[in-house]
Amino acid sequence: MNIDFSPEEQAFRDEVHAFLQDELPQDISERVKLGLHLEKEDYVRWQKILNQRGWVAPNWPVEYGGTGWSSTQKYIWENERTMAGAPEVIAFGTKMVAPVIYTFGTDEQKEQFLPDILASNVWWCQGYSEPNSGSDLASLRTSAVRDGDDYIVNGTKTWTTLGQYADWMFCLVRTGGPEVKNQQAISFLLIDMTTPGITVSPIYLLDGTREVNEIHFENVRVPVSNRIGEENEGWTYAKVLLTHERTGTANVANSKSRLASLKERAAQSPLATDPIWQQKVADAEIELLALEYTELRTLAAVSTGKAPGPESSILKLIGTEVLQAIDELNVELAGYYGSAFVPEQFEPDYNDIMIGPDQTANSAPTYFNHRKTTIYGGSNEIQTNIICKAILGL
Amino acid sequence: MDFSYNEEQQMLKDSVGKFVSQDYDWDSRRAIVDSDSGYSSAHWKLFADLGWLTVPFLEADGGLGGSAVDLIVVMEEMGKGLVVEPFMANTVLAGGLLSALADSGQKEALLAPLMAGELQLALAFAETENRYELNQIACGGEINGDTLVINGHKSMVLNGGVAQQLLVAIRTSGKPGDDSGISIALVDASAAGVNRKEYTTVDGQRAADIWFESVSIPVTALVGADGGALSALQATIDRAALAVCAEAVGAMQVSLTKTVEYSKIRKQFGVSLSTFQALQHRMARMFMEVEQAKSILLMAAMAMDHAGGYAPRELSAAKSRIGKAARKVSQESVQIHGGIGVTDDLDVGHYFKRLTSIQYLFGSTDWHTRRFAAA
Repeated sequence: MNIDFSPEEQAFRDEVHAFLQDELPQDISERVKLGLHLEKEDYVRWQKILNQRGWVAPNWPVEYGGTGWSSTQKYIWENERTMAGAPEVIAFGTKMVAPVIYTFGTDEQKEQFLPDILASNVWWCQGYSEPNSGSDLASLRTSAVRDGDDYIVNGTKTWTTLGQYADWMFCLVRTGGPEVKNQQAISFLLIDMTTPGITVSPIYLLDGTREVNEIHFENVRVPVSNRIGEENEGWTYAKVLLTHERTGTANVANSKSRLASLKERAAQSPLATDPIWQQKVADAEIELLALEYTELRTLAAVSTGKAPGPESSILKLIGTEVLQAIDELNVELAGYYGSAFVPEQFEPDYNDIMIGPDQTANSAPTYFNHRKTTIYGGSNEIQTNIICKAILGL
Repeated sequence: MDFSYNEEQQMLKDSVGKFVSQDYDWDSRRAIVDSDSGYSSAHWKLFADLGWLTVPFLEADGGLGGSAVDLIVVMEEMGKGLVVEPFMANTVLAGGLLSALADSGQKEALLAPLMAGELQLALAFAETENRYELNQIACGGEINGDTLVINGHKSMVLNGGVAQQLLVAIRTSGKPGDDSGISIALVDASAAGVNRKEYTTVDGQRAADIWFESVSIPVTALVGADGGALSALQATIDRAALAVCAEAVGAMQVSLTKTVEYSKIRKQFGVSLSTFQALQHRMARMFMEVEQAKSILLMAAMAMDHAGGYAPRELSAAKSRIGKAARKVSQESVQIHGGIGVTDDLDVGHYFKRLTSIQYLFGSTDWHTRRFAAA
């Protein structure tokens, strides 16, 4: 048991470092470091650069375009990427639908979808939640009724993150009748967003941004060949996806870099010598250190072929708690400027006077926005239920 | 980077784990706690025979290698059984400081019998007014030619009642608060002027307060250079802090398991306690605390090995986090057990007591948080 990097791992770190220094566009890294939102074009531009190098999807099997990295290499990549200010690859294609496609899809589906996901030619969104199905996801009501070689889809999906950019959606629909138990009545469909009958309406979040959408389906025809796996087996595939979603939600590297930035800015403030402030920052930092090693333990277990151990279930829970603690520290550090709301000054084309130093005036909007993190991806209460049931046997 | 135990560590874990599960049941432990000496000399001999007493020591000193990871492997298993034999006080505290400071003659005379299980040692460092600041040591040592005369009082000397030899942290120059001037003296516990009052601690262990009245010993009984012991002393206390962190992780795992099991058996309102979500979520939180504690323990142990033994920032992070986890897990285990949890008969309350003591040993949770923040 040791934390030393081998000479090969050190060489890998140098290679990653050099790549990021040479290839990462500065306009993107600046916005990421300031915690500002990116445009679709920014994400696509960066992913295409990554794809040239073959580094889009460290978690995919090598045969489909994965990197074949060890858990230590993935750890090095995440740290270097975050320190450099490179954005995370949007998860919907690479981390969410792709594992389902390469695990359960047909050869035709793999061929049709996987290369475009890697190359960021296609933007994916997630059709899971519905207005009346939040934490109780399996109660979803969007229906898909067979009509020849098509399904006719009717219903409403919501909280669709960046759905306004999406070319395709992976979607859970109800194919079984009301007599069938919820979990056994669900199928997993891939839906072309240009199909007639689809309407995308914006939902604005507390920071004023359009991050999510509500999506209506009115008699939308989806070819049966776009179904993954068997009819009514979709819940099984959805659960696999959720496991993949859960790893990597600890946000360790990102929180480390945000904490470092917070401490750097606080050093200029009278807060720096306030013992109560120091204790709060230290508590967050210590929690994050523990979380980092919980994540490393999980990665190490996975790399030796074991399933993610029980410790993996706490990554999302504690990861989001730490993230939100840092958000609050940022608001506290902002002081009076914590109340300023000047979102236009963070747009790339803004050239008027700036209110508040650095991203100070963005701290409260970020705090408000990030309340979503303990709610999405299975709320933290649902995660707690999972621990009770799957680990403690309660 | 490697997160697995090597073969030797796995064997060590299995061997200590087997001892705890087979030879250290609750009634046997209680009999040991109630005995005159407060520990089992038969167990102590077994520890020596199985080589466990060599774990904290460097190969050059005749030990197994002295890695921090080896140490936490042993201590975590001992924590599961609340082992009261003075492994930590004897080998990590006293032995550890000897290993850092003693000359070859002193090592030969003391470390070999210590590892053979034939010598009980104690390190007397704490003083009533000093809390955790080692540079506040006031206990006086005056050097006159070839003689060293010690006057003063030491508090809470772990294993101090049965120890044959004492390592005493004294001030030979300067004033409390000075980093220099602190020395270590080796004092025979039966020397004239040494008065001991032994007592039990809340967690079933033993300690002593010790008074030194004009204790006169040859100056050659100094261990290490005159006045230069502070950094080695702090490093030794840190090592002991790591050891009790590991012990706490073991004890917390047992507390959690026992609480979950009990909640499934105990019925109220016609159903098991385990069906109440108010309790389920609290047990899930206990589980998270234990996992975070395990993680940060590994972090600190690996950081210490990586840095050649001393990693104060990482150690303080671990002691702070594990202290919080120990408080949460042990308090909740008693609460969820209900009335039976506050009785002396049930083991859960005793895990609570040990997990409470550990929070205040070798720097409290808050002391370590401050030290981390300042690092």
